[in-house]
Amino acid sequence: MDFYLITAVKAAALMGFLLLTLLYLQWIERKVIAHVQVRIGPSRVGPHGLLQPVADSLKLLLKEDLIPPHVNRFLYLAAPFLAVTLALLSYAVIPFGPEIEIFGVRTRLQLADLDIAVLFVLAVSSMTVYAVVLAGWSSNSKYPLLGALRSAAQMISYELPLALAVAAPLLLANTLNLREIVERQDGFYLGLLPRWNVFQLPAPQILGLVVFVIAMFAETNRVPFDLPEAENELVAGFHTEYSAMKFAAFFMAEYANMITISAMATLLFLGGWLPPWPAWLGSNWVPMILFAGAGALALYHGLNAERARDRRTLPIVAAGFFGASLVFALPALHALLIPPFWFLAKVGLLLWIFMWVRGTLPRFRYDQLMRFAWGTLFPLGVVNLLATGLLVALFGEA
Amino acid sequence: MPDGTFLDATELVLNMGPQHPSTHGVLRVILKLDGEKVIGTECVIGYLHRGIEKIAENRTYAQFAPYVDRMDYVAAVSNGLGYCLAVEKLLGVEVPPRAQAVRVILTELNRIASHLIWLGTHALDVGAITPLFYCMREREEILNIFEKYCGARLTTHAFRIGGLQYETYDTFEEDVRAFCDMFLPRVDEYEELLTGNRIWIGRLRNVGILNAEDCKAYGVTGPLLRAAGVKWDLRKAQPYSGYEQYDFEIPTGTNGDSYDRYLVRIQEMRQSVRIIRQALDGLPGGPIMGKVPKVIKPPVGEVYVSIEAPKGELGYYIVSDGSTQPYRVRVRPPSFVNLQALDKMCRGALVADVVVVIGTIDIVLGEVDR
Repeated sequence: MDFYLITAVKAAALMGFLLLTLLYLQWIERKVIAHVQVRIGPSRVGPHGLLQPVADSLKLLLKEDLIPPHVNRFLYLAAPFLAVTLALLSYAVIPFGPEIEIFGVRTRLQLADLDIAVLFVLAVSSMTVYAVVLAGWSSNSKYPLLGALRSAAQMISYELPLALAVAAPLLLANTLNLREIVERQDGFYLGLLPRWNVFQLPAPQILGLVVFVIAMFAETNRVPFDLPEAENELVAGFHTEYSAMKFAAFFMAEYANMITISAMATLLFLGGWLPPWPAWLGSNWVPMILFAGAGALALYHGLNAERARDRRTLPIVAAGFFGASLVFALPALHALLIPPFWFLAKVGLLLWIFMWVRGTLPRFRYDQLMRFAWGTLFPLGVVNLLATGLLVALFGEA
Repeated sequence: MPDGTFLDATELVLNMGPQHPSTHGVLRVILKLDGEKVIGTECVIGYLHRGIEKIAENRTYAQFAPYVDRMDYVAAVSNGLGYCLAVEKLLGVEVPPRAQAVRVILTELNRIASHLIWLGTHALDVGAITPLFYCMREREEILNIFEKYCGARLTTHAFRIGGLQYETYDTFEEDVRAFCDMFLPRVDEYEELLTGNRIWIGRLRNVGILNAEDCKAYGVTGPLLRAAGVKWDLRKAQPYSGYEQYDFEIPTGTNGDSYDRYLVRIQEMRQSVRIIRQALDGLPGGPIMGKVPKVIKPPVGEVYVSIEAPKGELGYYIVSDGSTQPYRVRVRPPSFVNLQALDKMCRGALVADVVVVIGTIDIVLGEVDR
């Protein structure tokens, strides 16, 4: 009974958190891109445009649900459903933190502690190509078809370097269980440098991380690999014929995939929820200082407001940050809050890189993309895997 | 569409436009594809046809002047300059030196504005979304100067036959100088984002090659011709409006590919700033209007005047029958002529290259269709 109850609560909490994140990730992206492009981004709906995601979702929900007459109805409707389902499925195995005790119940910050979690995530993420291909094919239209063809080729090609990059840290960890992979990265060299897989002896995975990060851009169809939906060539790519909530489903799936893959990078290479430097050097106080700093910044801008509205809204934001800072200041809550903080901070950093790159780079051409995957990334992945295997065999423990 | 080969199952006919995000307005390109490879293109134009040349026959010479702004609407000042020069030549009117210098300043500013639009949209087509906003930011400054000068931002109608209607406003020189000082570092900023970028080079290098012979065969002019290595610029070749006084270079490329055109246009923006600074330094005083009769009634005859517009050779052929209205006005729009080379540049390329090529020709459909 307890097990089912706890799992249900965790599933509900995870789902709520995830959907809210998806909603606001889009807002954050728009703000980040806007500031890269000397604009201010969403600012009309609610203070600082904070209600923009809500307005967008409402709009998409209330739009007419149009199904073009020339489509294959069943597959056309199945594709967005498949996209979202598969995108959300991976979260079941992703751990957000270690085992914790909350209200006297010991539980893991993870929905399902699967022994083959890495394989599960890889399997689910390769399934997402089906959603894209089905969407493109069932639309029975030229631009979506071209988009789907491109993306099928692209996602399958980049799956290989991605899998190669994933395999190397597995050699270090000797397990497919994500929680154990993270636990294996605990500790510090010389009491300072974390034993994350990027730094872990005998085979630091720096090259592996680079390959993984590049492949993850391609895997999620993001700039500079966003060819399937290259709007300047293919209108909107595979989802050209989709509107209203079905379009939103693809949109959500893209962002959900971004989070999954960033979480995977964090778990496999960046030590998951482990802090970047030891607690005796004050890593537990980082969130408190960070939030306090953010609060001070918001308060400063609120007091020296450029716009009249900021005078009211920014102090409220500041109060929120100070509140968060206070929560993190309580040593009693450290065990509960600090690991998820580090995990989310690392994932957030990777997501921010996604946005930063989108604001900076042009797009590859189809053939260049393929040449890059097979000619550059794939050999790098193989070299990394072989080198890792050799180093582990020669210098590994046991 | 010709013959039945279009129904061949291995080939896909893709209709790009007139409503497509990157055909720069209402160009329609019918692509014949083999997979992603382009084996043929056909342009369908005329969606923006307004019969501007015909309208000219029912307007007086002065009345028609605002219409030319509506052709290449991102370089309206150049259009106006070409038209005014043509009518002035027909009338035999001398334009005072001050008016000539101010015309050069405004035209060069407009060249920069036009190139900025080109750079922003071209980069956007290639997938870099950010340069567009940077370009728009700088273009805004130019449009502000136009607005202060003549009240309009886009379709300015800045010049009149015989000179200028308005004297420059009080802070005109400071504004233009401030723009020049601000602008050059900004060009470096664009170059930082794009010039050395591996993806950018990969997308433009050897794409849409048009060599000098092809350019001459198609009548292609402007940056496309210069990128093919031909040092041909009407501002040097047959100077007008006092361009002979200014010291500037004609940037040229070697390959005639999209990347060369990019470099040529970037350099042209720098050269424009150089011209503007020289014109400001030597800005003469005096009248701004030549001796133009109240009623413009040119003698019977015909005239062809061409200028170096941002997009290439912009020519006006005007036939006068001695009345107050032109008998015929024929425009040689650079976009229209350059667009002819699209098929040549696209054949054998990929779909993604078509977008690059359309961008690199720098067309404005208002001018193609008139």
